[in-house]
Amino acid sequence: MEQSRYELNKELAQMLKGGVIMDVTTPEQAKIAEAAGACAVMALERIPADIRAAGGVSRMSDPKMIKGIQNAVSIPVMAKCRIGHFVEAQILEAIEIDYIDESEVLSPADDIYHIDKTKFKVPFVCGSRDLGEALRRINEGASMIRTKGEPGTGDIVQAVRHMRLMNAEIAKIVSMREDELFNEAKELQVPYDLVLYVHQHGRLPVVNFAAGGVATPADAALMMQLGAEGVFVGSGIFKSGNPEKRAAAIVKAVTNFEDKEMLAALSEDLGEAMVGINEQEIELLMAERGR
Amino acid sequence: MRIAVSAVQGAFIEHEQMLSSLGVECFELRQRADLLRSFDGLVLPGGESTVQGKLLRELDMFDELHQQIRAGLPVLGTCAGLILLAEQLSNDPNVYFGTLPVTVRRNAYGRQLGSFYAEESFQGQGVVPMKFIRAPYIESVREGVEIMARVEGNIVAVRYHNQLGLSFHPELCSDTRIHQLFLSLVGQGSSSAA
Repeated sequence: MEQSRYELNKELAQMLKGGVIMDVTTPEQAKIAEAAGACAVMALERIPADIRAAGGVSRMSDPKMIKGIQNAVSIPVMAKCRIGHFVEAQILEAIEIDYIDESEVLSPADDIYHIDKTKFKVPFVCGSRDLGEALRRINEGASMIRTKGEPGTGDIVQAVRHMRLMNAEIAKIVSMREDELFNEAKELQVPYDLVLYVHQHGRLPVVNFAAGGVATPADAALMMQLGAEGVFVGSGIFKSGNPEKRAAAIVKAVTNFEDKEMLAALSEDLGEAMVGINEQEIELLMAERGR
Repeated sequence: MRIAVSAVQGAFIEHEQMLSSLGVECFELRQRADLLRSFDGLVLPGGESTVQGKLLRELDMFDELHQQIRAGLPVLGTCAGLILLAEQLSNDPNVYFGTLPVTVRRNAYGRQLGSFYAEESFQGQGVVPMKFIRAPYIESVREGVEIMARVEGNIVAVRYHNQLGLSFHPELCSDTRIHQLFLSLVGQGSSSAA
């Protein structure tokens, strides 16, 4: 992939900042999400909570279904492929998806290798639990990062853990002497240049969103206060009692994430939130997929 | 001189960094109370116009900004910001501020695969770098609108009195000339108002 294409792909993620990316399964849901203020939608056949419930192998969505959503909205449309499944990614590129999520929510297709994302023109977002994982994905060509969290649970604890760990590791690298960065690159199994970038800039070289378990405006604002640049909401919206209202409230909470009075007003009367599952109660930790 | 940057969604930090590097004070507009501060110019950044237009309205900033732009507040709109300023969109029934007498086509270059980089001449500035990201372009302009730049025949930058509308993203390049042009409009505005 040429360098200017990679820059443009990172810059599309910059345009999404301060926004909410919502999982949708139908054109109707996509329209609801767009009207509620989503800055992009993630098109998929089943939201993570249902994938979790159904079990079995979970794959890329039907391209026809994704195209239906592309035709329904004017905002960017993302879709998921399995970790390492570069042919699913080729298919998504062929239908001109705006962003591919190489996602642990689907069943991994390769238990060693992620996709060589430098071979693609379309941008990729990848999940990560810590800095090393984020920089490895960026080295493979990811132009946007998100926390893995624990998808489909409505439980924010893992996204918080991943974001805090990332922040702590970045702070550590910033505080290091330059001659210590070589060893840090070895420890993280990433190129020195990426570690140097983090040392000099105090941040990832790409946009970093929160994802996995966001169910309320307060969850979204929590992740923003912890340093997320935007939020993915998966099952949290269309598994709740009043998707339109909840979606719109989460969008406003991301813009005004530090205004506690506004957050209080936004949190009122949203109807039933999605039923959550605690991490101790689940058998499958999707965040463990891919390293 | 103080510039307000709409920060409801999108790439507003990039504009703030650019303005700060030019020694200009700026602040973010996230809610109604932020409009209580005085400012001499407004930046409407890139992002999603549907989100920004909705939030500016629902966070109760739209009418006040609309009134100020109509009264001559200098404004720089990039990409989504251009869409918010346009009087008409050819492929979308929405109109937001509608203060810039042009017709704009949203996502005119298609999806992300159509995003591109170009270097083209800009009225009075020479050749400038231009990044187009799921960008709109301007299909037609009404009387009094000055065309500032074209790329492959399509209009990508216009000026109408104190409004500067661009379909590309000067805030993503290190070249500061477009922001300096905007600041010169702001400088003229504040001196004539004084």
